[in-house]
Amino acid sequence: MIQTIAFYLFAVLVIASAVMVIMSRNPVHSVLWLILAFFNAAGLMVLVGAEFIAMLLVIVYVGAVAVLFLFVVMMLDIDFAELRAGFIKNFPLGIAIALILLAELVLGIGAYRAGAIALGTPDGMAAPIVGVSNTEALGALLYSDYIFLFEATGLVLLVAMIGAIVLTHRKSAGDHRGQQDIAKQNRRNPNEATVMKRPTVGEGVEL
Amino acid sequence: MIGIEHYIVVSAILFVLGVLGIFLNRKNIIVILMAIELILLAVNINMVAFSAFLNDLTGQIFAMFILAVAASEAAIGLAILVIYFRGRGTIAVDDVNRMKG
Repeated sequence: MIQTIAFYLFAVLVIASAVMVIMSRNPVHSVLWLILAFFNAAGLMVLVGAEFIAMLLVIVYVGAVAVLFLFVVMMLDIDFAELRAGFIKNFPLGIAIALILLAELVLGIGAYRAGAIALGTPDGMAAPIVGVSNTEALGALLYSDYIFLFEATGLVLLVAMIGAIVLTHRKSAGDHRGQQDIAKQNRRNPNEATVMKRPTVGEGVEL
Repeated sequence: MIGIEHYIVVSAILFVLGVLGIFLNRKNIIVILMAIELILLAVNINMVAFSAFLNDLTGQIFAMFILAVAASEAAIGLAILVIYFRGRGTIAVDDVNRMKG
């Protein structure tokens, strides 16, 4: 009973906040609604027994992605009123396409429920996991069967990090920090690179 | 226990809302990126729900991979957005036709 109430609470809240994400006038409010949507989706996942993914959703999405969005929205000085110009114009087409898509998806779910197609059923390979927590079972699977995919994911994140840094790295004129000028390095000779000094005792050296 | 159909319906509605968000905010690329995040969230809910109801943890593993890809996509997308704004002073995406591709 409580589970049912919690499910409907989370489901209604996640859908309502998704509506507010795409409808609100101010993108800052959109980001905040997005955070609420992520929290409620995490609640849905906890209900179904996937605690690890739920916590990951809160940490990665709310802690990193949503904060990244907030940073960018607040950092850029954008006239948001101008950007909403096409909102009304696109509304009928968008609603029509969304309704068609939703009808198709619900039709598909109805067909699945009617048993017309036999999707995967729990077989001997996938007995209910008992005795270990969700996180433990997930880790055992991730670090054994899916280890190469896991490493590839790390590579994807590395490439994304390097790409973001390379894209946004600002090179100001005259400031060559971080840039290698190979011709300048090759032009250097000892005469202009080093100086010989014979310091006298008790006096400083002027370089 | 809530049936799997309920979860799929929630995820379908979230997915459709994400698509609708792309249509409605054609000019504002920040909201478009957020709508893409909503779509990926819907996919994740679907994955986790099927994984839980079929007693197969593979779905949750792949939900983690989707999470990682969504995070990197957001980082790259926002980086492109920042350099675009630096050059143009606006983020209206419907006049991105400089390359005449």
